[in-house]
Amino acid sequence: MKDVTPKSGLENSVGRKKRSKFRQKFSNNGPFIIFALPGAIWMVFFFYIPVFANVVAFKDFKFSPDGFLASLAQSKWVGFQNFKFLFSSNAAWLITKNTLLYNLGFITLNLIIAVFFAIVMSELRHKKLVKTYQTSMLLPYFLSWVIIAYFVMAFLNPEKGLLNSMLHTDINWYAEPKYWPFFLLMLGTWKGIGYNSILYFATVMGIDPTYYEAAMVDGAGKWQQIKNITIPQLLPLMTLMTILAVGNIFRADFGLFYTVPQNSGALYNVTSVLDTYIYNGLTATGDIGMSSAASLYQSVVGCILLVSTNMLVRRVDSDSALF
Amino acid sequence: MRKKKAIEDVQVRAFGKKTDLFFNIIIGLFAITCILPLFFVVVISLTDENTLSQYGYQLWPKKWSFAGYEYLATMGGELMRSLWISVIVTVFGTIINATFTSTYAYAISRKSFKYRKFFTIFCLITMLFSPGMVANYIVVTNLLNLKDTLWALILPMAVSPFNIIVMRTFFKRQVSESIIESARIDGASELRIFLQIVIPLAVPGIATISLFAALGYWNDWFNALLYISDDKLVPLQYLLMKIQANIEMLTQNSGAGAQYAGGLAAIPKEATRMAMVVIATLPIAATYPFFQKYFVRGLTIGGVKE
Repeated sequence: MKDVTPKSGLENSVGRKKRSKFRQKFSNNGPFIIFALPGAIWMVFFFYIPVFANVVAFKDFKFSPDGFLASLAQSKWVGFQNFKFLFSSNAAWLITKNTLLYNLGFITLNLIIAVFFAIVMSELRHKKLVKTYQTSMLLPYFLSWVIIAYFVMAFLNPEKGLLNSMLHTDINWYAEPKYWPFFLLMLGTWKGIGYNSILYFATVMGIDPTYYEAAMVDGAGKWQQIKNITIPQLLPLMTLMTILAVGNIFRADFGLFYTVPQNSGALYNVTSVLDTYIYNGLTATGDIGMSSAASLYQSVVGCILLVSTNMLVRRVDSDSALF
Repeated sequence: MRKKKAIEDVQVRAFGKKTDLFFNIIIGLFAITCILPLFFVVVISLTDENTLSQYGYQLWPKKWSFAGYEYLATMGGELMRSLWISVIVTVFGTIINATFTSTYAYAISRKSFKYRKFFTIFCLITMLFSPGMVANYIVVTNLLNLKDTLWALILPMAVSPFNIIVMRTFFKRQVSESIIESARIDGASELRIFLQIVIPLAVPGIATISLFAALGYWNDWFNALLYISDDKLVPLQYLLMKIQANIEMLTQNSGAGAQYAGGLAAIPKEATRMAMVVIATLPIAATYPFFQKYFVRGLTIGGVKE
């Protein structure tokens, strides 16, 4: 008996210590866990569960009124059938090609024009005017594609639009695919250029002015200064922005390709991109299997691109890498 | 001293007079293309309906009219409802987004938080992979049952993992560990430290993410397109989208048409539609020049890593 009592007492005190240690741990970390909890729960419902829900790409998915798990359980496994259908259709090639080509166009145009604007604006004489230009250029960046679709309609409406009355033509713009690659490239670049050029502008303004002073003393002209000082100093940012954009090359701007051409069927050949195809499959044609296969295809290729471009970024400039 | 240096800078970094004029014209023209469409839409909204149907959209119409805005006023209900939905979603969405994003970012910015690695990686993973439109749609409609609720407009954008990482860096830079330590020695709770010490120090960062969130919510039509079929819950941007597809929607589902003086034929549909575009654009166009510096700062507050 005598042996037992101190033992149990010891155990008790160990238990108490453990408990108080736990309490201390909680009082140290508990508040932070509570701070992080809402965000973490959001990530579970809007990221981790949806990632798991991608299994529907391998199922003949049907919505069940009994909820999510019932829908999953009641849908039959079909293996890679959805992918077979997707890749044997012409659509897969078309939407992949369109997505890639448009994005390549945006990357190139954005880079050239934004850098050009940034350099020119840094050399203009009236700094107040530069502010005004920048503010005006930012306006499209802050507006939604729905609003911009109205802007476009004001010009392109077949009966009332400004373009037809200015050119004295009678073209039904929304049914003529040949013009749209140009329109879309132009609009996508136009909307983002203000923001991108300000980004480069900030870097140009941060270049040490003594470089330019030294160059002028040595008799370098404006063009030489730009070529030998400004552009080399911008190169890291240009590389970074391009690599980041390449990581997202499989992701199309749904608003631009869906709302601006007003989802016009006559234009599908030049306006169909991965995102619009997935959306139309999900809602209009109700072909969830094919649509989810396309969606998973986009996510997987996108992820591979993102990870590999990020590794590239880390080599170029490890501070700018995402992870 | 300072002034002298500024003047030198200007001289060093400037084109010659002729080149300057040339580039001013190029940049100026581009800047005009960014503003002109909005001006054009404002003009159309102020054009007389008969002039519109006769001559189409013109930059300077023959006859002006306020009929578009007058009809909007009689339409009242439907428009006001959409405006109201947009305002509610923007206000609550922004509050929720800014709160959750900054509390999460603050937690993973503190070195004394034992699980900060776990929560940081938990957040970073979400940026690597996108679950995709279909999977999100299935979860929101079938698991969370949010279809045709205001939550479907708010929750999908309620947290921004990218902003969490940006804000984490911002907190680390802006709030020194020693201030927090001294507050804790004085006996302040973590909540109190966060509310009374950290937030005041982080106002510029929180302002930036709030503005981005507010802009995102006000401009959002995509979630409405996916999740809203109930006419009572349609936000302004989505209403505009529906009306663009079908202008007759302006007169449907609203008793106002019959009450309007000229009867159905005289409803200034075109002008009214553009007047709605103007109303949706106005809050942004009127305020962004003042907030511009915060948006631009958003680019620089978090060089993502420290």
